[in-house]
Amino acid sequence: MPTRKATSKHPTDVRAGEGHHRPPWRVVDTVVLATLGVAFGVVFWAWNLLWTATGPAFTAFPPAQAFMYGVWLLPGVLGMLVVRQPGAAVLTMLVASLVSALLGSAWGLQVVWYGVLEGLAPEIVFALFAYRRFGAAVATLAGAAAGLTAGLLDWFYYYRDWASGWVFSYVGVVVLSAAAVAGLGAVALVRALAATGVLDAFPAGRRRTLV
Amino acid sequence: MSALAVTERPLAEGLLARSDPLATLTAAFSLGVLVALSGDAVTPAVALGLELAALVVGGVPLGLLARRGWPLAASAAGVGLTALLLAAVDPVASAITAVVRVLAVALPGVVVLLTVDPTELADSLVVRARVSPRTAYGTLAALRLLPLLATEWRMLGLARRARGIDAGRNPVAALRVFTGQVLALLVAAVRRGTRLATAMEARGFDPAAPRTVARPRAVSRTDLAVALAGPALAALAVAVSAATGSLHWVWS
Amino acid sequence: MPGARLELRGFGWRHPGRRAWAVRGVDLVVEPGERLLLLGPSGAGKSTLLAALGGLLDPQGGGEAEGVLLVDGADSRTVRQRSGLVLQDPDTGIVMARAGDDVAFGLENRAVPAPLIWPRVQEALDAVGFGYGLRHRTDALSGGEQQRLVVAGVLAAAPSLVLLDEPTANLDPDGATLVRAALATVQQRTAATTVLVEHRVRESLPLVDRVVVLASGAGVVADGAPQDVFARHGDALAAQGVWVPGPPPLPPRPASGSAAAAEHLISAHRVARSYAGGVPALPATSLHVRARRAVVVTGPNGSGKSTLARLLGGLDRPTRGVVRADRGLAGDDAGVPPHRWRAARLASRIGSVFQDPEHQFLTGRVIDELALGPRRAGREPSEVARTVEEMLARLGLTGLAEANPFTLSGGQKRRLSVATVLAAAPRVLVLDEPTFGQDRRTWAEVVTLLADHRDSGGAVVAVSHDPDLVTTLADDHLPLPAVPR
Repeated sequence: MPTRKATSKHPTDVRAGEGHHRPPWRVVDTVVLATLGVAFGVVFWAWNLLWTATGPAFTAFPPAQAFMYGVWLLPGVLGMLVVRQPGAAVLTMLVASLVSALLGSAWGLQVVWYGVLEGLAPEIVFALFAYRRFGAAVATLAGAAAGLTAGLLDWFYYYRDWASGWVFSYVGVVVLSAAAVAGLGAVALVRALAATGVLDAFPAGRRRTLV
Repeated sequence: MSALAVTERPLAEGLLARSDPLATLTAAFSLGVLVALSGDAVTPAVALGLELAALVVGGVPLGLLARRGWPLAASAAGVGLTALLLAAVDPVASAITAVVRVLAVALPGVVVLLTVDPTELADSLVVRARVSPRTAYGTLAALRLLPLLATEWRMLGLARRARGIDAGRNPVAALRVFTGQVLALLVAAVRRGTRLATAMEARGFDPAAPRTVARPRAVSRTDLAVALAGPALAALAVAVSAATGSLHWVWS
Repeated sequence: MPGARLELRGFGWRHPGRRAWAVRGVDLVVEPGERLLLLGPSGAGKSTLLAALGGLLDPQGGGEAEGVLLVDGADSRTVRQRSGLVLQDPDTGIVMARAGDDVAFGLENRAVPAPLIWPRVQEALDAVGFGYGLRHRTDALSGGEQQRLVVAGVLAAAPSLVLLDEPTANLDPDGATLVRAALATVQQRTAATTVLVEHRVRESLPLVDRVVVLASGAGVVADGAPQDVFARHGDALAAQGVWVPGPPPLPPRPASGSAAAAEHLISAHRVARSYAGGVPALPATSLHVRARRAVVVTGPNGSGKSTLARLLGGLDRPTRGVVRADRGLAGDDAGVPPHRWRAARLASRIGSVFQDPEHQFLTGRVIDELALGPRRAGREPSEVARTVEEMLARLGLTGLAEANPFTLSGGQKRRLSVATVLAAAPRVLVLDEPTFGQDRRTWAEVVTLLADHRDSGGAVVAVSHDPDLVTTLADDHLPLPAVPR
């Protein structure tokens, strides 16, 4: 390996996607995103177990349900914040939903069609900002977009005959929960992950103070 | 944890399990989407009947389907119940339509999970659908980590108890403990994912370099028949519904 | 294929996010076919150097390189396919779901035509003595068998450079033997140059004929035939944590009192546990945990050692038998089995140390990690602060009080995980493989912590594969038989 200087010496450059030249996807980007998706699949599965185990304590606690809808939409936004590559949100969400399907979600592969669309929504938000902005505001917007898609899909598929008042409040709750949990929650999780040093090889980890 | 060994597939044998995974996927997808777009009760009802018949022909044992598919039936019942309570007009008809629709749309997807082998699917995606090997095999390799991460989750829970942390029956505390455990699992996932990527590159995996496929397969007549069976069955269901005069689409 | 020639001049690498160079100033030439053992203290950059030789360090990831590193005169990144690398962790070393596919993966990546792949796969599997079929599921294999499969993958690709990064460190003794035999086969069948990184020197000597010692930031500090290097640098290496051939790092430290007089703290009466579906995880086992005694539980993989540790630690419920705590440990809770105690009470009576320290970290700073136990036990803030100060000093972690626990080195994490549990002041300490994969220095520090805990009136239960731990610490030794399946 002849002498070669790293392309980015200034951590702040990274945020701007290294000028106009975005580095190509690396193997580690794909595998880590897919593994994060698998981990979220495990989280959803564990949540279901927790739900059944604690029973009344949770079912009588609606915020927990809204919270979990947000968690379900988290992987897409989080994946994008970690690797900052076009397609990251869709890939992470696809794998998370695929794992849910494999672990025996009632809906079979349909969860995956859902997952793809719910990953596509934040993907579009990040694309609108040309994959250059990965701050809290854009992440919140991306989370909200995922929530809107999820709410509309639910309405279209399950609740088509609901009275419109119910539909509006349902979609509204999902959007708010998604903006808070999937959007801001993803920002907080990525920050906490970066502090552990595991993201050092990714854009999200590069703004950490040198140790 | 054998239920978590997701790469241990297919679970069924027979025609559907033998055919190209992409063919099965195409059939399931087209069938599911077309039925989802129909707004009447007859189309999904006919489709459901045809789907069950196709399963029998395709070699999926009904016992296996019952074991794996009962959560779907339960969830469909739940959807029916909410329709009964919240529908604006004619709750009973709404409820029946909702249940049949949910079953007919989801069933093909459940069957895919029973008949598709992930390794073959990855091969097929790369060879036929031109998906990049990085995405297909990277994801496939990560799926192998599922049982490990599930064990990891359990260990993290035990370790929390060992450190004196439990939430008891307090849901707010439970959410906080849960969030901390999620973060710890994500740390473990990134570590393992990074190591797995290194191992793959150490085996010469390079997205930019040419590579071969060790398990080549030709497209067979069965594959084509399976792929075409999806749209064909959907069309048949729509035709029956139209003939009885009940067909309407979701946008009409 | 002939072995590769390696040439390094002033080579260095700095990982992204790090101020210090992982490895720097390395000048080294390795002739084709040489078999090198790379030694040095933790943090000397051995793994980094190995990754660099394998062409796996990517400047695009934000790291920085200096100097020259050539494999057969070329940039190692361009000749990556000539090398084969075996890493420490078998779980993440396997790529595919079926054994044959996993070996074939490396050949696919080298664009070997499909009809030629399978004979080579079979040949490699036969050569390393892999007795299962091509379609055998890789996640049904033990760690040693998985690692042997990885070695078969390396062999099938006919490399000119074989890089081994502690390939047996995560294996039990049987698994390690299996893998070393497979590696010997690779050396017999290829002319490849070998570079091995390994802490456990004695067992790996048959695989090498030259030893190179790295020092942090100072490049190569010793180089020569194994016996010469150990004769001249053996003591210095041992002090740095390398497991040079010789006796255990500490002389035996037996308990002072007699077993008969010792106070009982926990008793397990014929406890057994099965997995869902009735597969036995631990057959009926009895054990007395006594104050001022250390008991070491050994046994092959799958004998239920870790399960026993979790039962004694009050983390799992036995499917049969009972775990009972005595009044001296549990007061009024003595009638209640430990797995039903509230977590805070449990942690202040029985401390469990997990095999992977990261499982136990709950906060973002070392100092908070140490304060958590005493705080939850309801101690006064001043007392908490005193405990934390004392622990930091005892572990030599004072300078790292503000660091994130996950960023510590392997040895530091291990010490911290023991310390966080000790900070809650439990009388009983239950540890799962506390010395596993540790360098010699951390080994001595951890064993000293445990012996001190015992001698100050506590009890120690350690589950382990480590014969040195039995020799040095065990007052009682409980060998578990293999579980018949």
